[in-house]
Amino acid sequence: MSYTFTAIAFVAVSIFFDLKLTKVGLLRRRAFWTSYAIILPFQLLTNWWLTSRNIVMYRSGAIIGVRIAAAPLEDLLFGFALILGVLSLWVRLGKRS
Amino acid sequence: MGKWGYVGMLAFTVVGSFWLEIAFNVRVLKRLARAMRAIVPIALLFLIWDALAIKHGDWFFDPKQILGIFGPFRIPLEEYFFFLVVPLAAIMTIEAVRRVKRDEPGWSLGDEE
Repeated sequence: MSYTFTAIAFVAVSIFFDLKLTKVGLLRRRAFWTSYAIILPFQLLTNWWLTSRNIVMYRSGAIIGVRIAAAPLEDLLFGFALILGVLSLWVRLGKRS
Repeated sequence: MGKWGYVGMLAFTVVGSFWLEIAFNVRVLKRLARAMRAIVPIALLFLIWDALAIKHGDWFFDPKQILGIFGPFRIPLEEYFFFLVVPLAAIMTIEAVRRVKRDEPGWSLGDEE
């Protein structure tokens, strides 16, 4: 379950990054959650494409085994951490200038 | 799709998001330097993760469905573009949402020009 643990850790770090490092606090903003609600179906669709066609495959021991639309649950955590990290930094960089 | 299988996903993401640049005038590509400064540090962390996961065999790619071009750390070229295209799509999405909601209270993030 190395993917599982790393994914949870990256989500935790992205939350800390947003709330404490950039101090943007996107997690408290509806602009973020509305955007994520739009992004999520596309994330599920693209994850499904990559996994159902076996373009990307996973070692069974690396994941917990729960799959949503063919993709490991961990992929959703991976995507969430990536998006939160980038968007939080994007807004932070806009404040500085 | 053959070896264009992964590229297809990237193309879909570009097509599905970049029209926002014009339709909603989100000005993300016009602020590409700022976008890259937001994307590159985060993408690097994820690429380190990617490299280690590939090394340990946590995930792997069908050699028949990728172009077969590899960058550093045996990471397929498509993966590098994934960490560029997906964050750009996310930035365009939040900027489009904010564009629509710009006149409503409670949607500002503090970086408005």
